[in-house]
Amino acid sequence: MIRKSWWKTLTAVLLVYTFIAGFLIKVPHVGNLYGSIRNFFFHVPMWFGMMVLYTVSVVYAIKYLRNPTITSDIYSKEYAKAGTVFGVLGLVTGALWANYTWGEAWSNDPKQILAAIALLIYAAYFILRNSVPDLDKRAKLGAVYNVFAFAMLFPTLWIIPRMVESLHPGGQGVEGNPGMGGGKDLDATMRIVFWPAVIGWTLLGVWITTLRVRFEHLKEKQLVNAQL
Amino acid sequence: MNSFKTIIALLKKDVLLEIRQQYSFYGVLLYVISTIFVLYLAMGQPEDDVWNGLFWMIQLFVCVNAVAKSFLQESKGRMLYFYSVAGPVDFILSKLLFNALLMLVMSIMSLLLFLVLMGNPLRQPFQFVGLATLGGVSLSLVFTFLAAIASKAQQQAALMAILGFPIIIPQLLLLMKIATIAFSSVIQAGLGQMVLLLIGLDAMVIVLAIILFPFLWKD
Repeated sequence: MIRKSWWKTLTAVLLVYTFIAGFLIKVPHVGNLYGSIRNFFFHVPMWFGMMVLYTVSVVYAIKYLRNPTITSDIYSKEYAKAGTVFGVLGLVTGALWANYTWGEAWSNDPKQILAAIALLIYAAYFILRNSVPDLDKRAKLGAVYNVFAFAMLFPTLWIIPRMVESLHPGGQGVEGNPGMGGGKDLDATMRIVFWPAVIGWTLLGVWITTLRVRFEHLKEKQLVNAQL
Repeated sequence: MNSFKTIIALLKKDVLLEIRQQYSFYGVLLYVISTIFVLYLAMGQPEDDVWNGLFWMIQLFVCVNAVAKSFLQESKGRMLYFYSVAGPVDFILSKLLFNALLMLVMSIMSLLLFLVLMGNPLRQPFQFVGLATLGGVSLSLVFTFLAAIASKAQQQAALMAILGFPIIIPQLLLLMKIATIAFSSVIQAGLGQMVLLLIGLDAMVIVLAIILFPFLWKD
């Protein structure tokens, strides 16, 4: 799939559509969020993208543990990196949004805190990798920690935030699903931009990762040739 | 049955080593006493939520210190010996059990010291004792597994703290939230759910340790 170009075109088309429609479409009246709801097309897809990229990363980590190859290790590391970039962007877009809606960029909302913690868990993954000089050992330790970190994402991002009070939709005493914009279901006009945006941003993450993977492969090859 | 015997034997060896050398037990105990004493000098007798927060932070640091030794003390030669006599699952289970036991003792010790030095704001002491032991065991499980990972890398002790602190925060937040019940006479709603979540987390950590440790074992 990497070598084919149709999905790259699709990414570009979807993202152009997200920007044009996202800024021009008539959004529904949603109370005090009306002025800032368009950020929904940028903030929420970041978290979708992060989750997808981390999931791919853990799949490659498991693949590495079953059959150790340098390729799976590179994939696992690069997908985790791209996921972390998406997570940081999610926090930043969220902080911008919060600045206008809640009055301050960081209000110690449980979902903000736990998302930051999730990113710290993955930051520790990169530190662990860098602290091991031996290549095989690094890959193995990284893969083991990656699986552990991914399992820890569930209580951190999916369970605990839903149990406590939050300014975000979804939480104790708050209706709705945090990924679906509050209410029971996403508004129909929002939906026709939102889902393409999710797919577009996620594909962009995959695209960036495949470029990084090719770059890493090239570096690997150079290293091998230099040793010979 | 055989693996059960191996686990018991390994556990017995750790306990015996502890009793004979007494180095790490008293070392950690001294750490607990001096930290809490310094806290007492600095804070006197703090308010409820400060007391609660300090208690769990102390638990965290005690746990890092107590558990770090379990893998770091094993030399390469000795690990090779264990490799030839026991399976990876037996080994990690014995370590998990031993550290849980150690943290159980340490949690109760530090709780007693807290009650003596920092005052007793607890309205429901028995629930808090139960929670402190459960919390100590939960912390020890996570850090045992992280110690196993860190022991394979360089700068082991520092790395363990770096890996552990982000991972432990959700659990610690949960513990602090549950612990607030011990400070009021009203029982909160959703308490059972949170305790169940904590136990579920522990179960997940144990299962992950059993699945993942064999990969760390072969070197």
